[in-house]
Amino acid sequence: MPWPSDEIEGNKIADHRPWPRFAVNEDAWRFATAQLATGRWTLLGLWGDTGAVHMAVLDANMREIALLTLSCPAGHFLSVGALHPPAIRLERALRDLYGLEPIGLPDTRPWLDLGFWNAQYPLGERRGRSSTRAPYVFLPVAGDSLHQIPVGPVHAGIIEPGHFRFTANGETVVRLEQRLGYVHKGIEALMAGASLDAAARLAGRTSGDSTVAYALAFAHAVEAALEVKLPPRALYLRALMAELERLANHFGDIGAICNDASFSLMNAQCAILREKTLRTAGSCFGHRLMMDAVVPGGVARDLAATCTAEIAILLEDIRRLFPQLVELYDNTASLQDRTATTGVLRAELARQFGAGGYVGRASGRAFDARKMLGYPPYDRLDFEVPVLDAGDVNARVWVRIREVEQSLGLIDQIMRDLPTGALRALVQPTDEVHEGLGMTEAFRGDVLVWLRLEGGRVSRCHLRDPSWFQWPLLEAAIEGNIVADFPLCNKSFNCSYSGHDL
Amino acid sequence: MRKILFETLMRRPLTEAAPVKDDKMLAELAASLERAARRRLGRSLSIREVDAGSCNGCELEIHALNNAFYDLERFGLHFVASPRHADVLLVTGPVTRNMREALERTYNATPDPKWVVAVGDCAVDGGIFSGSYAVVGGVSGVVPVDLHIRGCPPDPIQLLKGLLALLAA
Repeated sequence: MPWPSDEIEGNKIADHRPWPRFAVNEDAWRFATAQLATGRWTLLGLWGDTGAVHMAVLDANMREIALLTLSCPAGHFLSVGALHPPAIRLERALRDLYGLEPIGLPDTRPWLDLGFWNAQYPLGERRGRSSTRAPYVFLPVAGDSLHQIPVGPVHAGIIEPGHFRFTANGETVVRLEQRLGYVHKGIEALMAGASLDAAARLAGRTSGDSTVAYALAFAHAVEAALEVKLPPRALYLRALMAELERLANHFGDIGAICNDASFSLMNAQCAILREKTLRTAGSCFGHRLMMDAVVPGGVARDLAATCTAEIAILLEDIRRLFPQLVELYDNTASLQDRTATTGVLRAELARQFGAGGYVGRASGRAFDARKMLGYPPYDRLDFEVPVLDAGDVNARVWVRIREVEQSLGLIDQIMRDLPTGALRALVQPTDEVHEGLGMTEAFRGDVLVWLRLEGGRVSRCHLRDPSWFQWPLLEAAIEGNIVADFPLCNKSFNCSYSGHDL
Repeated sequence: MRKILFETLMRRPLTEAAPVKDDKMLAELAASLERAARRRLGRSLSIREVDAGSCNGCELEIHALNNAFYDLERFGLHFVASPRHADVLLVTGPVTRNMREALERTYNATPDPKWVVAVGDCAVDGGIFSGSYAVVGGVSGVVPVDLHIRGCPPDPIQLLKGLLALLAA
């Protein structure tokens, strides 16, 4: 099968790494949209720039990435969402931020701009805004015996804010409509003009639970742009952090999903494993979530000699306790009754949306950036990507369980093969323009970071959370389930609000 | 399940001793807490957490307060599902403009006497997000704050110290 880069007609941009970027005309843009709509390519991202839009696509073998750029001097471009629904929210956001008009976009309501910012089109040609705010119109629902349940933005638990509008027939959810954007912080605007250090800190705070994965994707993009070669020890320490982050989050999620099925014993036990993992991370890397530990060029600090023993103890603890918890999960019929066949995500939708992480892998989509893109040191490590087909809450729990086991094996190999040597390569930005793309596998899926460096600073940086392609699928998965199972379904997806809202 | 429950009974508790109270935090609180209010509420407080734009890092560590090691409830502190049941609002984030109204409404829905604890560096003044078109920049710009717990994010011990200071002041 030909690679996208062989099929895309356009001018290849120099100084874009590691994958090519093409400046294309409307015909090529239309061709790419058709490839996405027919399912040959997968959409990885769609974002704005000054007077232009960029699209990142993944080929059918899920190995190669290409970028297309369409310049839009007249302030509009052909909507991708018109033919390929996964692009709709991206285009609504792009329009809010840049004021560029996607022609043919089926849903033109604002997405991130809830009407409270002090400027319109903050990344494009900024405009002051009128003091009147148009009310947001939710999708109409018609039928007998329907009622609506509005939830949020402030939820009942210790979680992030967002609004869910349920339409139910008795107990059954007929439609869920999400409204997000409440935690939009304007990270991409803060990135513009930031130094590499400041930008790395911002990237690490896009979604706190994935701080390592974000810092890593940002670092990958910088290192690709500037062609920095990493010392091997830094690569291994980064992977160690990434796997510790994955373990901590999976423990938290497995416990929390069971807790939403009122099985608190599992939550209490998983929370112990999570806490032990965070303490080990804190003592080895100076921060429990390992914020700012991955930096462009390498890692910020070395692993002390005593940490080898600490990590060995952690792995031993997990290997002793976790199998008992897995057995408990597997043998508790009342818990299985809640998770099995609940919140089914069809494989076809997971594929169409390019859903990453456990959401995609529990519905048959075998993408894992560590495996498919094989960024080092994962190209040298032995691991499997667990994939299931059932697509229900239960499958999303099992993918996490299997991934915990894989991460333990990865940490074994990392500790066994940990090279000695330097921690950081020199990152020397030049005055020229350099562009880079980074993609890493966070615990919830692939994080994509694209950036342009100019005069040693970041001039444009786009961060795409895996949640962009998972949130819409939650709306689909909940359909036909009972309202009381929503927390369970929601937790099994565990999408990021902050990562999505930026 | 019985095996795990039995083993937990036989094991030494994981819960650790309470941290020493933080004098600086006590001083900040002394100015804002009324003795009368303290007498009415006793030494038990209900907390409502409000994410006003955090990166979710603070939420992770606030969550950890409920685990076996920190066991927040032994101090009479517990999280509630509605501001109407709360004595304390625990607010995180730089307060995004999109969350400002929700925060104000949550505050107004909380019965008096009430306290607001701002958690995390960005809740103080917007932190790394200050200057953005999309953030207000600090919780105290929207609702009166009685106590700041700094950190990015503060770890559970720092959070415990702050909350215990609230009980002791």
